Amino acid sequence: SSAAMAAVRGRALLALPRPGPRAPLRSAASSASAPPLYDVVVSGGGMVGSTMAAALGHDIHFHDKKIALLEAGPRKEYDHMPDSYSNRVSSISPGSATLLSSFGAWDHVCSLRLKPFRRMQVWDACSEALIIFEKDDLDDMGYIVENDVIMSALTKQLDAVAGRVEVFYRSRAVGYTWPLPSHSCDTSPWVQIELADGRRLQTKLLIGADGHNSVVRKEAEIKNIEHQYDQSAVVATLHLFEATDNNVAWQRFLPTGPIALLPLSDTASSLVWSTSHEHASELLAMDEESFVDSINSAFWSNINHSDFIDTAGAMFRSAVSLLKPSGTAVRQLPPSVAKVDPGSRAMFPLGMGHATEYVQHRVALIGDAAHRVHPLAGQGVNLGFGDIACLAHHLSAAAFNGSDLGSLKHLLKFETERQRHNVSLIAATDVLKRLYSTRLAPLVLLRTWGLQVTNALPPVKVRISLY
Amino acid sequence: QLSLFRLTVKRPVRTSHSSVDSKEMKKFQLLAHKWWDEEGEYSALHSMNDIRVPFIRDTLLSMSSNYHLGNPLSGMKILDVGCGGGLLSEPLGRLGASVTGIDPLEDNIRTAERHKSFDPVLAERIQYKSSSLEEIVEESMETFNVIVASEVVEHVADLETFIRCCSQVLKPEGSLFITTINKTQLSYVLGIVVAEKIMGIVPEGTHEWEKFVPPEELEHLLESNGFSVKTVNGMLYNPLSGSWSWMESTSLNYAVHAVKSGAQGQSDSTDVLSEMDSQQRSATAGTA
Repeated sequence: SSAAMAAVRGRALLALPRPGPRAPLRSAASSASAPPLYDVVVSGGGMVGSTMAAALGHDIHFHDKKIALLEAGPRKEYDHMPDSYSNRVSSISPGSATLLSSFGAWDHVCSLRLKPFRRMQVWDACSEALIIFEKDDLDDMGYIVENDVIMSALTKQLDAVAGRVEVFYRSRAVGYTWPLPSHSCDTSPWVQIELADGRRLQTKLLIGADGHNSVVRKEAEIKNIEHQYDQSAVVATLHLFEATDNNVAWQRFLPTGPIALLPLSDTASSLVWSTSHEHASELLAMDEESFVDSINSAFWSNINHSDFIDTAGAMFRSAVSLLKPSGTAVRQLPPSVAKVDPGSRAMFPLGMGHATEYVQHRVALIGDAAHRVHPLAGQGVNLGFGDIACLAHHLSAAAFNGSDLGSLKHLLKFETERQRHNVSLIAATDVLKRLYSTRLAPLVLLRTWGLQVTNALPPVKVRISLY
Repeated sequence: QLSLFRLTVKRPVRTSHSSVDSKEMKKFQLLAHKWWDEEGEYSALHSMNDIRVPFIRDTLLSMSSNYHLGNPLSGMKILDVGCGGGLLSEPLGRLGASVTGIDPLEDNIRTAERHKSFDPVLAERIQYKSSSLEEIVEESMETFNVIVASEVVEHVADLETFIRCCSQVLKPEGSLFITTINKTQLSYVLGIVVAEKIMGIVPEGTHEWEKFVPPEELEHLLESNGFSVKTVNGMLYNPLSGSWSWMESTSLNYAVHAVKSGAQGQSDSTDVLSEMDSQQRSATAGTA
């Protein structure tokens, strides 16, 4: 049965020992001098790593366990939010909100600030086609929340379980030593971690939440399929021309890349504009008035339409409406932008990535360390939260069964569940990104019809917005 | 305090009054170092933890009113008979119990000791001893709340002696958990021919069909030695997924939960009443 298992998983049966620093052979008796042993160490204290640590810290089956969170940056105190909005925001799905409320963090988010939205309108710059995402009931589709707000809520909930979760700020791991296969038992069976300041830790399970350039992933020699897009995202905080309900998220696919307007309040929205590196640099360099004009033009201009496509699109639309009367959407008009918050413009390069394995003996990857996706789907951090909900569930059950937390048996269940979910979404996002990066008529027609079809078919429409 | 070290002089193996079978010991000697390879010869035992640990845990939780968050078996003193490399002792220890693991094979105990030594929590909660069950009876009368004898009774020489010793070291109303293999045509075909000779799920020669124990026989032995059998559940191993599940039929593997009767050998209050009743009747019969 072991050979069958190896074939099915397609991986080496044993976690191969790495060249490089190794734990010295030690007998059991010298445990007095051994580094402190944790049940779980989470490497990376961003939104995903902090949520992982907090979720485990609040789990009843982890009541007597020791957890450590390693964060390279300093502790950020947020007594109150500044009046101006931060330019880094995330679209939080209802599923992610449920996870955050399971350990009390969502209440803090709500008491700080967030903006629920009810629908998303997505349309093409090259045709009239559009798709509207909306839930049938009156629930919120999602929430736009500043990353700083989420971090503040997480810090509070980590403080609440400080007895169980030890947070190491300004601590960067510089080396990991992996245990030899479990049945040759003369050396330590735990993962050894060396910090930049020379301190050492041991752990039964190491969770890598250290971003798309994950050191944990590289040190574990897990292959990563990655691709740099020729795009950067420009972010900014914008003020609208006039106050409005502002409960719609807008995204328009331009040939250069999608531009999105995410609501922050009745008068403010956050910009995420994915475009070429040169255009992104231009946008950052231009004066504020020109910047605002570019944004409005991107949303309102029909310069990319062609008569051929408009006609073909209109014909298809009437065909669809014959078959399914409610299948065509009412087009809403996006708000106009009046000005941009000074100093809020920033850009960062975009890429995609997917780790071929999410787990190894005593190691698990979550969040961007495991998968990196284009922001056009608004999914990035939600995928990470989905990873956390799944892994925390399996670890909680393992703890209640008295299992060794680092055992591949339950880690593989996590990997299978999440890869099944993530791969299709990441691939679909990548395909969409490529499909929309063109003015070529056949492809525009294809996506025009595709957009119209998906708008007419409720199950497809809803699936993309689930977590 | 149990001593952890044995003298090098080995006592001669007793004859039919011992529950340890020397031929069985030789079989396990060869595999003493393979216990902790989760995907090796003992992989089926590792995955059996996925059903036997919850079975033990939930049964004990339902019988007690205390619950310590994070340590559901806190306060329990458990004896793991035939502990091997400690595959079952360790999860029970992690759940908060104080575990004593005994095994007649010294190499097994050595493996178990070494494996637990790296985890300070387990090192404290689990004690191992190379010993047979009879050898600890004298010093451990009515010491344990729980005995687990998992995949053991099909290897013992004298089952009745074994059960009697279990009763002696268990506290009154303590629990005994047994998992073993039924003696049926099906268990011969699947348990020996397929599992050992064809698929290699269990190392060849591990089991002897003659020593498999039908649940009726086990129940009878238990009931006539002061136990009350509470649960009998069939178990099934799926070699493709490598996982165990519960099933209705006990024709292959099965698990038993039995409770030692309370003080003065009375298993429940109805027995007390019927004894008093019959005493009264014989008294009245005498006077009539």
